[in-house]
Amino acid sequence: MGLLAYGDTGWGDELFFATLMTIAVAITALLVGFILATIFTSFKLSKSKILNLIGSFYTTIFRGVPELLVIYLFFFGGSGAVMYVAKIFGYNNYIEVNAFLTGAMAIGIISGAYSTEVFRGAIQSIHRGQFEASEVLGFKKKIYYYKVIIPQMLRLALPNISNVWQITLKDTSLISVTGLVEIMRQSYIAAGSTRDPLFFYSFAAVLYLLLTFLSMKLFNRLEKNYNKGY
Amino acid sequence: MDLMIESFPKLLSATKLTIELTLLSLFFGIFVGVFFAILRTSKNKIFYLISYYYSYIFRGTPLLVQIFIIYFGLGQVEWIRDSILWIVLKEPYSCAILAFTLNTGAYSSEIFRSAFETINKGVIEAAEGLGLNKINTFFKVKLPIAIKQSLPAYGNEMILMLKGTSLASTVTLLDLTGVAKHIISTTFRPVEVFIVAGSIYLLMTFIIHTLIKFLEKKYDFGSVK
Repeated sequence: MGLLAYGDTGWGDELFFATLMTIAVAITALLVGFILATIFTSFKLSKSKILNLIGSFYTTIFRGVPELLVIYLFFFGGSGAVMYVAKIFGYNNYIEVNAFLTGAMAIGIISGAYSTEVFRGAIQSIHRGQFEASEVLGFKKKIYYYKVIIPQMLRLALPNISNVWQITLKDTSLISVTGLVEIMRQSYIAAGSTRDPLFFYSFAAVLYLLLTFLSMKLFNRLEKNYNKGY
Repeated sequence: MDLMIESFPKLLSATKLTIELTLLSLFFGIFVGVFFAILRTSKNKIFYLISYYYSYIFRGTPLLVQIFIIYFGLGQVEWIRDSILWIVLKEPYSCAILAFTLNTGAYSSEIFRSAFETINKGVIEAAEGLGLNKINTFFKVKLPIAIKQSLPAYGNEMILMLKGTSLASTVTLLDLTGVAKHIISTTFRPVEVFIVAGSIYLLMTFIIHTLIKFLEKKYDFGSVK
């Protein structure tokens, strides 16, 4: 247990901060995913064939290609893309893109593809009468989406959002290949310097189990809260 | 464009390993999944708990942790290195297959369990009423219905496993993702390589998708409810 001591002698504090990092990346990725999902859900539900196609492309590609490959694309392509844009604005020096941002964007885009399907399914399962009634009452589209459709949609989507969160949380372990010090990377460092990989990777597994367990409890609570009226 | 044409044969030959890993893991995973699904329905409390925690642990942790524990972790234990298990655990190839099998087994056990649980009691009673014995009831009645029930979910699991095999590249195997990473890191042209490797993955996803659709049609005996 000395290996987990807090402070300079053990790895307790490092692993604690690594866990916070995992949570931070996962939440950022989920939110990035939500923003993308809002955009692409509207694409998928729109009447324009081209927008439908773009929406389908997005969800098919990022749900069908391995997460690791997407991370490599962002990791190696990220700074290149940023430098390309910077060059247009007349900035020619090397720019290194932050590992946190790269990772959160890569996982966020994947997470968004799953969220898009969840949002679309939830909106489509809302009764048509709700849309018609809102229109008859003279609400503008923007307003009735915010006041009528989205609140109902969230309740329907919540169990699946919980699934997307679990997937996203587990996917963050893959960001360790870019060097961002989250749970997996920290365990790798600790395992390397103590020559005790079995202990540290098992401990990482326990940390992930703890995170998935706690988030499941939280989502169950939210679901209960949202289902009060039903 | 040149790089895309140049890297295509390399990536294509790496695809063989990806397909191999996927098929072997799915094949072994079915047996593991059925085994734990049966344990899960057992009336023995200990069997039930073993199956419950097996699927809970493997579904609650990232696949990467599982591979690392098996490949880097278990090799550290003295008695494992002296035992017969070492034949499996010393090679990254067999370690990856072991990790994938256990992972997909956990997800499949849940799929199979729910498929068997949702079989209508009336159907089984009818089979008994017609005088079928237990073995015939299982193979001729329960199993076809369970296969039909689990097909859509199992199709998803197959696609997840195909994507999961990309983690084999983290334990030095040169599968499709491993080779793609190697080419990217030597040429620093991620977009081109991503397009080629991604298309190969999408093609395989599409094949699995079509196969499942075909099987769903084959196992669609009217609407047996």
